[in-house]
Amino acid sequence: MTTPTLQAPADSGTERPARLRHELRAVHALVYRDLLRLAGQRTHTALMLLHPVLYLLVLGGGLAALIPSTSLGVGYQTYLFPGMLMMTVQMPAITVGMRLIADRQSGYLRELLMAPVSRSTLLLGSCVGGTLVATAQGAVLLSLAGAVGLPYDPPLLVLLLAGMILASFTVTALALALAVSLRSAETFHMVLGLVMMPLLFLSGAFFPLATMPGWARALADANPLAYGVDLLRRCIALLVPDQAAVGGIEWAGRQLPLLLEAALLLTGGAMALLWAAHRFNRPE
Amino acid sequence: MSRQLRAGDDRPTRAALIADPNAAPHPPEPAYAIRTRGLVKSYPGPAGSAIHAVRDLDLEVRQGETFAFLGPNGAGKSTTIALLCALARPTAGHARVAGADVVTQPHEVRRQVGMLFQHSALDPDLTADQNLHIHARLYGLRRRHARERAAEVLEMVGLTDRRRSPVRTLSGGMRRRLEIARGMLHSPRVLFLDEPTTGLDPHARAQVWEHLRALRDRNGSTLFVTTHYLEEAENCDRIAIIDRGRLVAQGTPAALKAAIGDDRVALRTSDNVTAQQVVRRIAPSDQAITVDADGVCLRAPDGSAWIPRLCAALEGHGIAVHAASATPPTLDDVFFHHTGRSIHATAPGRTPADTNPSETTAKGEGGR
Repeated sequence: MTTPTLQAPADSGTERPARLRHELRAVHALVYRDLLRLAGQRTHTALMLLHPVLYLLVLGGGLAALIPSTSLGVGYQTYLFPGMLMMTVQMPAITVGMRLIADRQSGYLRELLMAPVSRSTLLLGSCVGGTLVATAQGAVLLSLAGAVGLPYDPPLLVLLLAGMILASFTVTALALALAVSLRSAETFHMVLGLVMMPLLFLSGAFFPLATMPGWARALADANPLAYGVDLLRRCIALLVPDQAAVGGIEWAGRQLPLLLEAALLLTGGAMALLWAAHRFNRPE
Repeated sequence: MSRQLRAGDDRPTRAALIADPNAAPHPPEPAYAIRTRGLVKSYPGPAGSAIHAVRDLDLEVRQGETFAFLGPNGAGKSTTIALLCALARPTAGHARVAGADVVTQPHEVRRQVGMLFQHSALDPDLTADQNLHIHARLYGLRRRHARERAAEVLEMVGLTDRRRSPVRTLSGGMRRRLEIARGMLHSPRVLFLDEPTTGLDPHARAQVWEHLRALRDRNGSTLFVTTHYLEEAENCDRIAIIDRGRLVAQGTPAALKAAIGDDRVALRTSDNVTAQQVVRRIAPSDQAITVDADGVCLRAPDGSAWIPRLCAALEGHGIAVHAASATPPTLDDVFFHHTGRSIHATAPGRTPADTNPSETTAKGEGGR
């Protein structure tokens, strides 16, 4: 990320390393805060994990008997797994946006803004913190891989973890971009309530995108969650070919290269973060 | 860059001292911790108008001084602090804080100042220690140094035994003290305190002030305190009074009170009406002499010196004096003198004679 240095005034060359170290310490402060909160709120964290686990074991278990694995390429629970990983990382990522608004309302944000660091650094710190916390929660769900018929294969787990970091980053950045442009927590909740369900249904988490009508597929093509789910599913297919599911994001009838998909997520997240930093930097 | 600038600021003073030894009897140009010239902050108001939160402010706060910024709610105190901390950009004017310009060197300003917000800005879910550590890292302290400083400042405000308590379990007074500790963590040259004692009980208020005084004595920090408690302002080195965004007076409490004048002398006598005529003959002729519930009242410079003379004169006329008092002017008299209103329109224990509801309710400072 080049954001912190972008905002730095033209210091003399000797001061730049000190300055950069200072900004990094501020990023660390915010990440530390997020990790402390994660450690302090075990009940909250467990409750956040409950939802995807229920979907995976109850909904997935129930529908697995009805949906023949021939139509999906894999058993339904295996099909559902990447979507539930995505769902797990998305919730803490969005919480970061909510906390920015809560901090603004409680006055804590002013304490952060008083710090002699650039505002972009503060936003970057929040983003890194959110990404880490989201990935940590995703890693917990990853331990259920065996329950849905995936092997506990280190390369697979590492690859899925990397995919989740990327997806978490993108969702966190988008949540922050939304949070800096909204003033009230109510509006933030309303917007999320309005878009989260459709985004999830249009992500291919529950059923293949190919089975949806054309207009819905067009919407899915613009859905960041769909790219996240598809990325995780393709990671599984890459390392466990016999568990390759059908359907997913297709441009002009062709699957995107895995790396391009990852690059799209990264770019989307970076753009959202830059825009958020731009909004956040506006003097008041 | 900023370091050089600051050194540059010192140079003219030092050079002048060296070049002209005869200048020694003159005290050197006082070092200002805060100095503003024509500071203005306005917000766009309804229908294209502008709301002036701060108008044409000229403030001078010397280093090491405890400076009270006094005014009723909505007078522009918080906005002024936001400007001085480089949290908000002034619409016009200049301000230098701790040797740095708030517009061109906001980072330098923020490095040098600490801030205690009007509303608590601690993370209630984290412990005292954790809140301090995050703050220290935000200000670029090394990990070890951050831990040492956290222990030091907790000791200073007497919270060492609560360092592992989540902030939400601390009382209001403890939170305030923790915030003072946090504000001092990076050893700022100027500490801003926005209504540090609002909402605290008298005991906690006294404690907060005790810690602030100890802080000033130990570190020589400059304290800039906004308050609407007159008795708190009374104990500060100097005071500025702000009303509706305008500075109405600036000086030491004694000087401000002396400037508006005379003590109020009251004499309760056996015959107030006759006493009034006797007093009129010897009192300064330009002062009105009234009779009210306290007896015969007049205003006179150095009031207590007048009491024996008046008593002697009255006794010469066969009038017994039951009680006599001389009250120096209060800061509320000062505020009244400059604004025509009492600062505490609805404060308990004060006469609500000058109630102006619009002033006391809405906290209309969009100081963000």
